[in-house]
Amino acid sequence: MKEISELNLPDDIRYAEDHEWARLEGDRIRVGLDDYAQDQLGDIVFVELPQIGDTFEKGKEFATVESVKAVVECYLPVGGEIIAVNTALEESPELVNKSPYNDGWFVDVNPSDPSEMDDLMTNAECLEKLKGAD
Amino acid sequence: MLYLPHTSEEIASMLKVVGVDDLDGLFSTVPEDCRLRDNLNLPEALSEWELNDHMASISGSMAVSPEYKVFMGAGSYEHFIPASVSYLLGRSEFVTSYTPYQPEMSQGTLQAIYEYQTLVARLLGMEIATASHYDGATALAESLLMAVRITKKRKVAISSLIHPLYRRVVQTYFNPTGYEVLELKYLKNGMTDFTKLDEMDDLAAVAVQSPNFLGCIENLQAIGERAHAKKALFISSFTEALAYGYLKNPGSQGADIVCGEGQSLGIPQAFGGPALGILASRKEYMRSLPGRLVGQTKDLDGKRGFVLTLATREQHIRREKATSNICTNNSLCALAAAMYMASVGGTGIRELARLNHDKAEYLKKELKKAGFKISFDSPTFNEFVVEFPPDFEVTYKRLLERKIIAGLFLAPYYPELANHYLLCVTETKSMDEMDELVSKLRN
Amino acid sequence: MKESLGTTGLILNEPLLWEKGKKGRCGFSIPRRDVESCPLDEDLTCEGPDFPDLSEVDVVRHYTRLSQWNFGVDSGMYPLGSCTMKYSPKTNEKQAGLSGFSGAHPLLPANLSQGALKIMFEFEQYLAEITGMDATTLQPAAGAHGELTGMLLIYAFHKSKGVRRSKIIIPDTAHGTNPASVTLCGYRPVSVRSNEQGILSAEAIADVMDDDTAGIMVTNPNTLGLFEENIQKIAEIVHSKDGLVYCDGANMNAVMGIVQMGKIGVDIIHLNLHKTFSTPHGGGGPGSGPVCVKRHLESFLPVPRVIQENGRFILAENYPESIDKVSAFHGNFGVMIKAYSYIRSMGPKNLKKASQLAVLNANYIKERLKRTLHLAFDRPCMHECVFSDKYQVAHKVMTLDMAKRLMDYGFHPPTIYFPLVVNGAIMIEPTETESKEDLDQYIEAFKAIVNEARENPDLLHEAPKSCKVKRLDEAAAARKPCLAG
Repeated sequence: MKEISELNLPDDIRYAEDHEWARLEGDRIRVGLDDYAQDQLGDIVFVELPQIGDTFEKGKEFATVESVKAVVECYLPVGGEIIAVNTALEESPELVNKSPYNDGWFVDVNPSDPSEMDDLMTNAECLEKLKGAD
Repeated sequence: MLYLPHTSEEIASMLKVVGVDDLDGLFSTVPEDCRLRDNLNLPEALSEWELNDHMASISGSMAVSPEYKVFMGAGSYEHFIPASVSYLLGRSEFVTSYTPYQPEMSQGTLQAIYEYQTLVARLLGMEIATASHYDGATALAESLLMAVRITKKRKVAISSLIHPLYRRVVQTYFNPTGYEVLELKYLKNGMTDFTKLDEMDDLAAVAVQSPNFLGCIENLQAIGERAHAKKALFISSFTEALAYGYLKNPGSQGADIVCGEGQSLGIPQAFGGPALGILASRKEYMRSLPGRLVGQTKDLDGKRGFVLTLATREQHIRREKATSNICTNNSLCALAAAMYMASVGGTGIRELARLNHDKAEYLKKELKKAGFKISFDSPTFNEFVVEFPPDFEVTYKRLLERKIIAGLFLAPYYPELANHYLLCVTETKSMDEMDELVSKLRN
Repeated sequence: MKESLGTTGLILNEPLLWEKGKKGRCGFSIPRRDVESCPLDEDLTCEGPDFPDLSEVDVVRHYTRLSQWNFGVDSGMYPLGSCTMKYSPKTNEKQAGLSGFSGAHPLLPANLSQGALKIMFEFEQYLAEITGMDATTLQPAAGAHGELTGMLLIYAFHKSKGVRRSKIIIPDTAHGTNPASVTLCGYRPVSVRSNEQGILSAEAIADVMDDDTAGIMVTNPNTLGLFEENIQKIAEIVHSKDGLVYCDGANMNAVMGIVQMGKIGVDIIHLNLHKTFSTPHGGGGPGSGPVCVKRHLESFLPVPRVIQENGRFILAENYPESIDKVSAFHGNFGVMIKAYSYIRSMGPKNLKKASQLAVLNANYIKERLKRTLHLAFDRPCMHECVFSDKYQVAHKVMTLDMAKRLMDYGFHPPTIYFPLVVNGAIMIEPTETESKEDLDQYIEAFKAIVNEARENPDLLHEAPKSCKVKRLDEAAAARKPCLAG
């Protein structure tokens, strides 16, 4: 497992308490799982994603991620309608390990309240929190 | 005591390492008032030789083959088991190992169960099968719950010709859940009446058994089509696995889940257990399956190997969200079934199954000749129902004294079938024995 | 250190069943056909399943080779925590194999099955005595099935009083089967944390116990190998709100003849015959999970029940409050015979001695390894002790690596990564049937591995080296499941 100093936490995205990330891309928000979470889980073998058109409030469970020996539920960092899902994860769940912020994205959300982004942590805040927990 | 290796010197030296004075001192964390002060009130120890005598005398009082001729099936079938199967099954590396959580040290069990899953899937015409369940009844209950999970509907329809004891287990499992179990009645020809399905809504599954409890072979294709028209899953259950050596398998007739009892495949009857719960399904339902699965993979050197897989469905990882609570299953019974299927082989199992069918037909024919009525005219495999005259109970008892068990009395299970008996003939019954049964029934 | 048990040996390769054989072979003596052929309508039949055709020799070699890739208690020490991998006496197998037992049809009339019913009747009483309870059902087929039966009993008990409760309290140290069994029965598990001593405090239970809680499910001794000292107080709290106390008796091997659970507030307990009562685990079963209850729950037990009437045993069905059947027939009778034989061979004194020695063995390992491995709770343990990889993490060596390396030394690893409350848990349950020499050898092996972790961690990362296969790609197996050939 990575040391905290080895973690990749880009500064162009926001982070939720449960290690989902959110990135504003035009008027949609792309969501995925951060480097810390993928590293803790280890080899990811299955990602269960919602369907396009489903809507969730902020903080509601929208996906589950399975590694060989663990399952975690993922909570939507920003409420809204799911407008795209990363179907590549069906065949290649390992993308979440290899490229958590790019090819391993989960869903795109049409946010009902874009300002919910502001409640999320910056990479610096996220790093502080991880250090505190260590 | 031969299973306790410690000498008193060893105990003394170990107590010293632990830092307590005597064996009692090891239990300092058990509060005084929780401790038992007296000795357990159990019989004193027997030597191995005393135990042999004791058990032999108890076992001697049981009515079993070859002394008794048992023409009774109804979910437990007398079949020949090759000595090679019993012998191999006794290998301690199989018998005394735990669930294969450490695959590098358990490749024997893992490959064997993978092979079992494959043979069972082929027998039933399904894509995948689990590593085993407790028995046919619990496999059916788990299949129905699985259908509820997949379809998110709350009712299941099950045939009244599913083994009556299986239906009771299903009801036990369903009682606290709030899901509803509806029953499909049966027709005069001994088959399930599925016309009422059209009036049932919100069905997660339709379940039938074939051959059914009365021995009749159901029209699975037709029932499956009705079930699918109702957007319900079609579950096909069985108690006599050997039937599918000869009969068209449920998978080829539209079944989504197939479940049942594998005892016929090389497992002793043992007063009903341990038996073998079989559960197979189409691959699309893989992640909803209850219980263990073994999968193929490679090791670091690229060599073929096997592991327990998709464990995230299971209770030890997903806890309250698991697809089932099952942990210990009936692995060694699955191994016995695999050894049996491997021994009989594809050619052999068809021949053996046909022999079962033909022998049962012979008895049916002889009974008809003797003037007895075969209750249902639908095709059967190795069991069928006979209607005997109203005073038959006396004859039945007289036959018992002559060490013949002339089938199962059906009235306790189907009150409308008074004087009806379910008879079973397997490859273990010779023509002479059947002739003797018929002649004794006549007198 | 003496020479290690683990060595190299000739391991034979063996293909899959269907990669062997020739059409037309058969390993089964098909009985002579003495009746005419009478074919079924072709619409109903098939050509037969696609099984390989093998000779008896093909089959015997196949499974003999496969068996040699396995490790069992008969091969060596197998100290899986919470699994009680004790030696399975051979006489038990012989008794279960007696034709009167193995050949018996489950629906035989009672007058033709007195032997089986007598065994079941007596065995129920023995288990009730060992647990200090009043009545027993033998129908559950394994531990988790016993748990479900127990939950159904709780459900039926409250239902008979006209109430429906929705929650069951479960400590964070519980086996995964506990919350799963509770959910299957329609209850919601409420998790409670154990205290800094690794056990439940009465206060924690008082905080969550309410009128909507049906009861508590507590493993005692718990999965940290610690006796739940506050059990009596906890039972009082639960009972005061009309709840019931369920004990997961998976760890009963620590306290036979020492604690009768029925006397300290437990209402229901299940036992694992394949743990405490020496029946072999068979690579994953069959087990047997009898459930013992106090008198007030007896009328809810599954039917039929074996009762004695005028010196004869009968199967009685007439219990209107019963939860009804949990197995098609009588449960895993063959397993019961083995456990019955064990109890008769041991007698009351040796059963107690077995528990004492199981606890002695675990404490001995705990004392001798606690400076080598981090001990999660440094206090007297029962039949198992829990360490962690805390001291090895600095060398990037984890519990898994040490476990795999143990195989090269000729031992089965302990239970790892459970209980969940200890990070990197290493849970060792030696059982009473391991001798001091065997324990010493295990301890020395562990010490050697910890040295290797410091000096040559790659030895551990690459372990095992001596098994049939090296570490397997479990991620690949789960990503693209191949479940049948």
